[in-house]
Amino acid sequence: MNRKFIVYVTGYIILLEAALLLLPLAVSLIYGEKCVFDFLITIGVSLLLGSVMVLSTKNTGKTIYAKEGFVTVALSWILMSVIGALPFFISGEIPSYTDAFFETVSGFTTTGATILRNIEIMSKGLLFWRSFTHWIGGMGVLVFVMAVIPSVSDRSIHIMRAEVPGPVVGKLVPKVRQTAMILYLIYIALTLIEMVLLVFGGMDLFESAVHTFGTAGTGGFGIKNDSIASYSLFNQITITVFMLLFGINFNLFYLILLRKVRTALKSRELWVYVSIYLISVTLIVLNTLSLSNGFGDALNKAAFHVSSIMSTTGYSISDFNVWPSLSKTILTVLMFIGACAGSTAGGLKISRVIILIKSIGREMKKLLHPRTVSKIRLDGKSLDEQTVSNTFSYFALYFVLFFAILLIISADAFDFETNFSAVAACFNNIGPGFNVVGPVGNYAGFSVLSKLALSCAMLLGRLEIYPLVLLVAPMTWSKKK
Amino acid sequence: MKTIVVGCGKIGTAVIRVLVKEGHDVIAIDNNEAVLQQISNLFDVMTLCGNGADSDVLNEAETKDADLFIALTGVDELNMLSCFLAQRLGVKHTMARIRNPEYNDRSLRFLKHSLDLSVSLNPEMLIAQEIFNLLKFPAAINIETFSRRNFEMIELRLPADSSLEGMTLREMREKYNGKYLICVVQRENETVIPGGDFVLRSGDKIGITAMPSEILKLFKTLGLFKKKAKSVIILGGGRPTYYLAKMLSNIGIPSKIIEKDLDRCAVLSTLLPDSTILHGDGAEQEVLVEEGLRETDAFVALTGMDEENILLSILANMQNVPQVIPKINREELIALADKLGLQTVISPIRITTNIVLRYARAIENSKGSNIETLYKLMDGSAEAIEFKISPTSGTIGIPLKDLPIKKNILIAGILRGRETIIPSGNDVIMPDDRVVVLSADSALLDIDEILVK
Repeated sequence: MNRKFIVYVTGYIILLEAALLLLPLAVSLIYGEKCVFDFLITIGVSLLLGSVMVLSTKNTGKTIYAKEGFVTVALSWILMSVIGALPFFISGEIPSYTDAFFETVSGFTTTGATILRNIEIMSKGLLFWRSFTHWIGGMGVLVFVMAVIPSVSDRSIHIMRAEVPGPVVGKLVPKVRQTAMILYLIYIALTLIEMVLLVFGGMDLFESAVHTFGTAGTGGFGIKNDSIASYSLFNQITITVFMLLFGINFNLFYLILLRKVRTALKSRELWVYVSIYLISVTLIVLNTLSLSNGFGDALNKAAFHVSSIMSTTGYSISDFNVWPSLSKTILTVLMFIGACAGSTAGGLKISRVIILIKSIGREMKKLLHPRTVSKIRLDGKSLDEQTVSNTFSYFALYFVLFFAILLIISADAFDFETNFSAVAACFNNIGPGFNVVGPVGNYAGFSVLSKLALSCAMLLGRLEIYPLVLLVAPMTWSKKK
Repeated sequence: MKTIVVGCGKIGTAVIRVLVKEGHDVIAIDNNEAVLQQISNLFDVMTLCGNGADSDVLNEAETKDADLFIALTGVDELNMLSCFLAQRLGVKHTMARIRNPEYNDRSLRFLKHSLDLSVSLNPEMLIAQEIFNLLKFPAAINIETFSRRNFEMIELRLPADSSLEGMTLREMREKYNGKYLICVVQRENETVIPGGDFVLRSGDKIGITAMPSEILKLFKTLGLFKKKAKSVIILGGGRPTYYLAKMLSNIGIPSKIIEKDLDRCAVLSTLLPDSTILHGDGAEQEVLVEEGLRETDAFVALTGMDEENILLSILANMQNVPQVIPKINREELIALADKLGLQTVISPIRITTNIVLRYARAIENSKGSNIETLYKLMDGSAEAIEFKISPTSGTIGIPLKDLPIKKNILIAGILRGRETIIPSGNDVIMPDDRVVVLSADSALLDIDEILVK
């Protein structure tokens, strides 16, 4: 294994984080807060660590394989969270380091689960950093590094595969670097549009920035205890629409930019995504009509929350804990499905669900007609059998880890609904679950062990399991196997 | 520059490798998913699964924006058709691999013209041509000809008791009156462009430029003179064998061809009435020795198996055959063969990639002084490039010894009209000259890139 290369890229990531920390630093300077020094210390630490790592491995070979890709991604994300937690901890606003780490992981993985009981007393610089981590983590840090550093390696596709979610990672243009650039340009453009719209709807610049970061990364950190509830209807609708947009595969935006709208609209995943959305909204509106102030209110709340949960953002405009069982179950199912592959969202991803359902159909057909030969097709192309079997093993591993983590956190004295929804919300990068961890609750009550387990769940969900599992698997490091 | 490569076999993969290395945007099309998977793991390219002559596939690859389209599948007709479609979609430059001997020179010219092909590639023909040159000049490992045969570069290995042993290049120059220039030396995997103080040692692989008329004299001085081959044994009866035997018989050199497959033997004997066609397994030593391996002047191994070619060439070396030339496809094995004492090796892949690369650079560099020819030397670790000098070049009118030339770059020859100049420090470059530049570690696109900025 090319260990030096891993250290080199990881070092670059830390230097990048130092640069990104300048933004919250500026915010706290503007508001004249004392967390300026906390940011300065963190920037100093990461500059030092990053430069040592990069300089000591500068002239390293750039030949990497799939293994290096996975390990680099996993290590970078962990280190980034370890450092990103420092400002919260040093400032004393989150006194326990475990809590600060949980909050940062939750930020980078675009989960949005919080341990803060009262968000509104936090200083603005830290709130900005907390939301900014969503934006950074949404599209992926390594993708960003590939966009800025010319030719990290000829084989940087291994890194991209390990970081970008979805069963198949395709390039938009021949070079990884240009692909990464295009993805980031689309991301930045959408972010700016949303920011302008939110300001137009009555938020101030700070609020609009923070909430846009939360939406763009499909994260869900807000700055109010009641999330989005106190903002104008216009802004609630804007956020609903943008949460949905950020759950769409970014390749489709690129196709639309190339004026290939027809090809983009042919995407099966997009249609399934929209259909699931519309059906769920309809069902929930019917189910909650009696609880709300008329149809308009019910529609707004259903549309907002389904968008929020499906895109795995986790914003809320009311307490959906009080909804009837059917609506809550629909939301739970949506948590697992998630949004499209190649977006900033979490969950299993629609394309995986489509592949799973289609292959279940094929298996049944095979039972009836044992000699059938049939290929799974997606968007008019038949899928590689390897992709299909990868999807199955992903699914299996997903549930094994899911229940393992559920077991760990069940040691705390919470009810089953809380525990189950907490793991689901963390693993699928949503944020709020039900009951104690519901939209008005938080994760503060869990034990240190549970918080670490849930942090782990969030990373597993964002990086799609394998990088993290392979990082700790002995066979990755062993020279014998 | 955007390039589309159809067909990712051995040659396709090698072409993709060099194109990516030059920084081009490459889209690879093949109908085998597994091959594409491997390609996307190795190189930073986009891959597309499908038929290269399917307009849907070509549209998906945005063929209309491509600058160069290369079809390298094993099927000539598919290559022609894909290039034709690409041409219709708006690609200016197309290259097709066309290798069936039935498309002979005349029909090929007609095809090339009708399909508007920029280049038709026939690797088998190219290697036959190259082997033919080597058989004419037995001591050389490799010969490259620049500018319509006015100027040649010869790669050879200094023999153990060479008279040049321990001599510096400056001394050699004084002794032989400066008619030759040693411009590149490879010693233990390291390729350098030597300065005047460089000391030659036996066993060095050197590249020498000289006028063709001087070459025979040079070989005599170096104690390397050998007669040209009078009899040749060729192992394997594939397409390159056919081309080679045909060329040899044209200048009156008889060849013996050993081929395993009886039907193929029959075909060859119809096509090559002057050659002796033998049906037998060349892997059996008995067959080779019986057919006069010990007496032959040259042994050429052209079977489809690299390993077989290498092993039997080693055998021929042990039998002291004066000239042994194996064909080797896989890049890794070429370096290995050199270690095993096989100095002259023919690689169809290297020949093809040279042509593609030269063409790609020429497209990219359509202004200023053009690249006329480009050769990869010394196992690909050095390049010789011929530039045509435009009147605006910064190299004009300054004596070479005063030109600030970068490290590891050398001006190996100046061709002015019909005159060939092996340059010394006092020569100057003039407009409309053609200049051969050697470079050991950088890819040059323009003559002015040799200058220190």
